[in-house]
Amino acid sequence: MKHAVSLTVNGAKHTAEVEPRLLLVHFLRETLALTGTNVGCDTSQCGACTVIIDGQAVKSCTVLTVQADGAKITTIEGLATDGKLHPIQQAFWEKHGLQCGYCTPGMILTAFDLLQRNPRPSEADVRHGIDGNLCRCTGYQNIVAAVQEAAARLKA
Amino acid sequence: MASRIFGSGIKRREDPRLLTGQARYTDDFVLPNMVHMAVVRSPYAHAKIKSIDTKKAASMPGVVGVFTGKQMKEAGFGPIPCAWVVPGSDTKTPPYPPIAIDTVRYVGNAVAIVVAMDRYQARDAVDAVDVDYQALPVTVDAFKATQKGAPQLHSDVPNNVCFHWHVTGGDVESAFKSADVVVKDKIINQRLIPNAMEPRASLAQYGSASGEVTLWTTTQNPHIVRFLLSLDTGIPEHKIRVIAPEVGGGFGSKIPHYPEESMVIFASKALNRPVKWTESRSENYRATIHGRDHIQEVEIAARKDGTIVGLRGKVWANLGAYLSTASTGIPTILHGLMLSGAYKIPNIHEDVYGVFTNTTPVDAYRGAGRPEATFIVERLVDLLARKLKMDPAELRRKNLIPPFKDGYTVATGLAYDTGNYEAALDKALEMADYKGLRKQQSDMRARGQYLGIGLCTYAEICGLGPSQVAGAVGFGGGLWESAIVRFYPSGKVNVFVGVSPHGQGEETTFAQIVASELGVSVDDVEVLHGDTDQTPMGWGTYGSRTTAVGSGALMGAIKKIKDKAKIVTAHLLEASPDDIDYADGKFFVKGSPDKFKTIQDVALMANVAWNYPKGLEPGLEASAFFDPPNFVYPFGAHIAVVQVDAETGEVTLERYIAVDDCGKVINPMIVEGQVHGGIAQGVGQALWEGAVYDEDGQLLTGSMMDYAVPKAAYFPKFELAMTETPTSVNPLGVKGIGETGTIASAAAVYNAVADALASLGVERINMPLTPERVWRAIRDQRRA
Repeated sequence: MKHAVSLTVNGAKHTAEVEPRLLLVHFLRETLALTGTNVGCDTSQCGACTVIIDGQAVKSCTVLTVQADGAKITTIEGLATDGKLHPIQQAFWEKHGLQCGYCTPGMILTAFDLLQRNPRPSEADVRHGIDGNLCRCTGYQNIVAAVQEAAARLKA
Repeated sequence: MASRIFGSGIKRREDPRLLTGQARYTDDFVLPNMVHMAVVRSPYAHAKIKSIDTKKAASMPGVVGVFTGKQMKEAGFGPIPCAWVVPGSDTKTPPYPPIAIDTVRYVGNAVAIVVAMDRYQARDAVDAVDVDYQALPVTVDAFKATQKGAPQLHSDVPNNVCFHWHVTGGDVESAFKSADVVVKDKIINQRLIPNAMEPRASLAQYGSASGEVTLWTTTQNPHIVRFLLSLDTGIPEHKIRVIAPEVGGGFGSKIPHYPEESMVIFASKALNRPVKWTESRSENYRATIHGRDHIQEVEIAARKDGTIVGLRGKVWANLGAYLSTASTGIPTILHGLMLSGAYKIPNIHEDVYGVFTNTTPVDAYRGAGRPEATFIVERLVDLLARKLKMDPAELRRKNLIPPFKDGYTVATGLAYDTGNYEAALDKALEMADYKGLRKQQSDMRARGQYLGIGLCTYAEICGLGPSQVAGAVGFGGGLWESAIVRFYPSGKVNVFVGVSPHGQGEETTFAQIVASELGVSVDDVEVLHGDTDQTPMGWGTYGSRTTAVGSGALMGAIKKIKDKAKIVTAHLLEASPDDIDYADGKFFVKGSPDKFKTIQDVALMANVAWNYPKGLEPGLEASAFFDPPNFVYPFGAHIAVVQVDAETGEVTLERYIAVDDCGKVINPMIVEGQVHGGIAQGVGQALWEGAVYDEDGQLLTGSMMDYAVPKAAYFPKFELAMTETPTSVNPLGVKGIGETGTIASAAAVYNAVADALASLGVERINMPLTPERVWRAIRDQRRA
């Protein structure tokens, strides 16, 4: 039994018939071919699949596509505008906030959410704010620096 | 702008695609007619397979095939080869069938595969495969598995001992007999789960007409995977193309050639369509290799004044149920030979027993053998300092190998390249304000607060390595590297390399080298890697070798380009090639720097060859191979400062100071990033991480809910500095930096916690130093 859903992803409206059990992350990756959103675990620990749903960072492996019916979603593919990197992306680049890049889309979108709620986070705020996102490459130091740099850029 | 070759922290060229979601990892690839594979895995750690009923699974919606190990074997797919057999160790190599046929030997051992139209259907059908198991007794502990009466894993491996290897240098017996003081310890260097953020995935496309297969796979070394696949799939090497697209971290766990790579090829061949498999994280915890897992009984001998005279030990190294690609080399060559660390230790002996157990295979995990060696030495040095009531920094200083530029041979036989260990120690002590810290420590202790200061002065072996040595120590491949530099008529450059970086940034580092050496913009250089059809043969990215060895090949190709460009320039300027010099992007006539050609001028003329030296081959392309004359030996001094809450057992890492020396630094931003990540993984081992099996061989830390991958809030800001002692092993004088952090930090942090706990009377405690363990240790001590 399939269900009709209608979602807006990165500004484009999509309608589809989906199985009730289809995870949002698989809908994004496989139905819409938006493979920038990654899957790093199966227990909602790693945050690699984080996307923005109606303004909030959400782990898309923990949401059924049918639950997201009617939602406005931003994935990493939708963050840069007119070919120009978003200030958070730019800051991650400048500060070497990524190595293998696998956690990066989720990390950036979590930072996006964090900076909306707390535009001037302290180092401790950032470290706690990205608690739901794991990175094995960077030791987080340059991610933290990147988020603080992004805060400065967004304020400017 | 041409960049400087050293010290230029330019932004990484690989980042824009990674930042925007345009990078393509293996699971991102979709091919026409592609189907999905899922693996049925054993829930038992040790069992006979009585029967496998696939009928129900085969009739499930979307299922296009269900296969067993027997079918795979009948199709000509052989056991997974072990690629490292250490000589002189009587190593047993029992067969490692990609899918178990009659016996399963660890939880997660594959017993069947299911292929379906989508990944959900494949996952559903896994549960419908009915396997009748007869459970067998289980052994999980590397020491217990060798004892009489322990369950036997492989019929031809008595007492589960895969090998007994030893290293001997000097006369250890006499050294211990004549020593003033001997200190012993039993160390559990616990099993770790690598946790690259991208789980493994493999996608195979077999063409029945051509007999060729293309495999996209999450590997650190596509050329090795191709070579090994040619041994176990029966497909000749030249008909196998292995592509490592974007790879989301490896840390050693993506070195091995894995059974699933053979399985997807088999399934693609059987079904005549592309087959993709992607691991779930919980599956990764059981099916992807683990690291470390040593039981170490070790002792150190010294004179009263602190001079170390000997070190010896016995190690039981858990190999898991089967031999993974490089597993026997890790606890032997990469561990035992490094037991001198950064010190003058004239007499060394270690026995290493490699042991099979009913656990996931163990192989290289960041540092691979060196963290296990460093921990022994650094732990014993600290215990010795305590026993002699000497300051651990001063005891280290007393025993450090003095500065050397032309090699220093340690008792295990290795010839270290260059080193200046005391300089790194001094710098770290100064950064930490070591004296001030000690004072702070005693002030705090008076208030009932427990500050701990831990040191680690390490030297490690990497930049693997000379191929002759690789052969002599039983590694089943070479360890040289390759590079092709190709100029196009427009002056733009492609570089093709045999290494396969996956986060280490060599697309940038190598572009920096080409740009600064040949006078082109970094933006005009594109570095390609990770595709066996596109790149020259090379041995891959691990053992901190990518820049150390790969740049040697690149410099060789650059030299050939320069030599040819001089000939072309001489022709164009009507001069003799011997009279052409090169500097700052210009090939010019000696003494007449205004008469010159740029590399772009030369590239155009070489590619069109209109006005060209007679007899000279057209084109501006050079290929070079580099086999280093020695390994490289980075070193450094790390200091950890922790606070232990004696009431809750909680350890807080307050500061972490790292002084590392990796020779000349090309891109400091990238080097620092490598150090950060390395430190985090070693701190993880000291404080939080550990794979735990119960007596039945069930992995209790079987998902990310149960295994403590460190989070951002666990760490302070690491304080980094470098010293610079170039090596003469490669043209640029660079050493590896990918693993140093991990090699040093577990020992530094452990020593810091032990330092804090010593004043509470706690003498022995095993990693990871979780609050519960620390609290129990303090409580037990108070009760005693």
